Amino acid sequence: MTSGLWELVLQGVWVTIQLLVLSGLLATAVSFVVGVARTHRLWIVRFLAGLYTEVFRGTSALVMIFWVFFVLPPAFGWQLVPLWAGTLALGLTYGAYGAEIVRGALQAVNPAQREAGIALSFTPWQRMRLVLLPQAVPEMIPPFSNLLVELLKGTALVSIMGMGDLAFSGNLVRLALQESAEIYTYLLLIYFVIAFLLTRVMRGLESKLKAGVGKAPARRRDVKPKLPEATAVGGGVR
Amino acid sequence: MNWNWSAVSDFMPHFWDGLLVTLQILVVGSLISFVLGLVWALLMRVPSRWVTWPVGAVTEFVRNTPLLVQLFFLFYVLPEWGVTASAMTTGVVGIGLHYSTYTMQVYRAGIEAVPVGQWEAATALNLPLRRTWTAVILPQAVRRVVPALGNYVISMLKDTPLLMAITVLEMLGEARLFSQANFQFTEPLTVIGVAFVVLSYLASLLLRALERRLVH
Repeated sequence: MTSGLWELVLQGVWVTIQLLVLSGLLATAVSFVVGVARTHRLWIVRFLAGLYTEVFRGTSALVMIFWVFFVLPPAFGWQLVPLWAGTLALGLTYGAYGAEIVRGALQAVNPAQREAGIALSFTPWQRMRLVLLPQAVPEMIPPFSNLLVELLKGTALVSIMGMGDLAFSGNLVRLALQESAEIYTYLLLIYFVIAFLLTRVMRGLESKLKAGVGKAPARRRDVKPKLPEATAVGGGVR
Repeated sequence: MNWNWSAVSDFMPHFWDGLLVTLQILVVGSLISFVLGLVWALLMRVPSRWVTWPVGAVTEFVRNTPLLVQLFFLFYVLPEWGVTASAMTTGVVGIGLHYSTYTMQVYRAGIEAVPVGQWEAATALNLPLRRTWTAVILPQAVRRVVPALGNYVISMLKDTPLLMAITVLEMLGEARLFSQANFQFTEPLTVIGVAFVVLSYLASLLLRALERRLVH
């Protein structure tokens, strides 16, 4: 590969990283707002937040991207810059997944903590900010780390809309060189390295946050999927 | 916003064609991922790092890279290596392979959740290794993981539109073709968006019913 083509790939990496950071920020904001709303005391707020998660988790991210690129402009009469359209579609979709993580972590906080907050006559907002979130956030980091890798993989979808991200520049290089194996191997390796760095950063963040609430980070090689409680079959000494 | 119902009815025949292709991808892709995932999970139990290390590295790599680029890889590179397959076959294999790296973790968790006593009982009964797996461990492990596997089937449903990028005409592919031919974007894209929500909702209901029967 010539240096000009590498430059093209690097530009693609830069677009991918921009998209990842922007949609990651939007997704985080959406997940906290919707996730906290799902624990609200008014049923209508809970219902709307639940509807949002069901709808956005139900559709495919790629369908969402198509919708934002093709349906929004004529429907509302404004055209988004591709980067922002991609950010919007990815952020809203992955935010819906994140909302479930936030809700799960908030519900996993010991109920006595919430009761103590009430007993000390904290307002609901103070309870959330000073008692619940500091304990829930460290628990959210491992699932958020997985979601972030999913988001990174999701950013490749915008290449279908012709946005010059890593996957798109890879396709251009393929057309220029007629050498698919080499360029796609590089592409996969670059994505893998980014994903690897992301999980490392998130692991560091987790141990930092856990130290803040006096806990040791869970030792794990990778996060196991949660299994439903199964009825014990047979006895056996553990 | 102008909504045109006649565009919807024009699109519906294409929609059913696309739906059929999507469901075919989903069924075959799920079967591939269930079988391959089990193979990976069992290989990871082989007591030799010469097996576990390469399998672990490859599956980790596949899991952490975008399915879209993997599909491009299979679609453009395999013919160069002399393997020719239709876009549909390539896509189904690609999506099945990608998801097998997820189902593998599910199986592993299921196998690890089988109580140690079951292993000890199998040893005490002098069962050969093969029979320990097929008659004791796997029936218990697989039962527990069915709901988790079902969740991945739902995720896979939402990844089937990626096959459009390698020219497979599933729902989104049909919608794009129709939109470009008639310059009607709103209706087809909204129809398939709704179809995805409905499909994944139905699938999650089905899954909950299955979970009640198998796990509890």
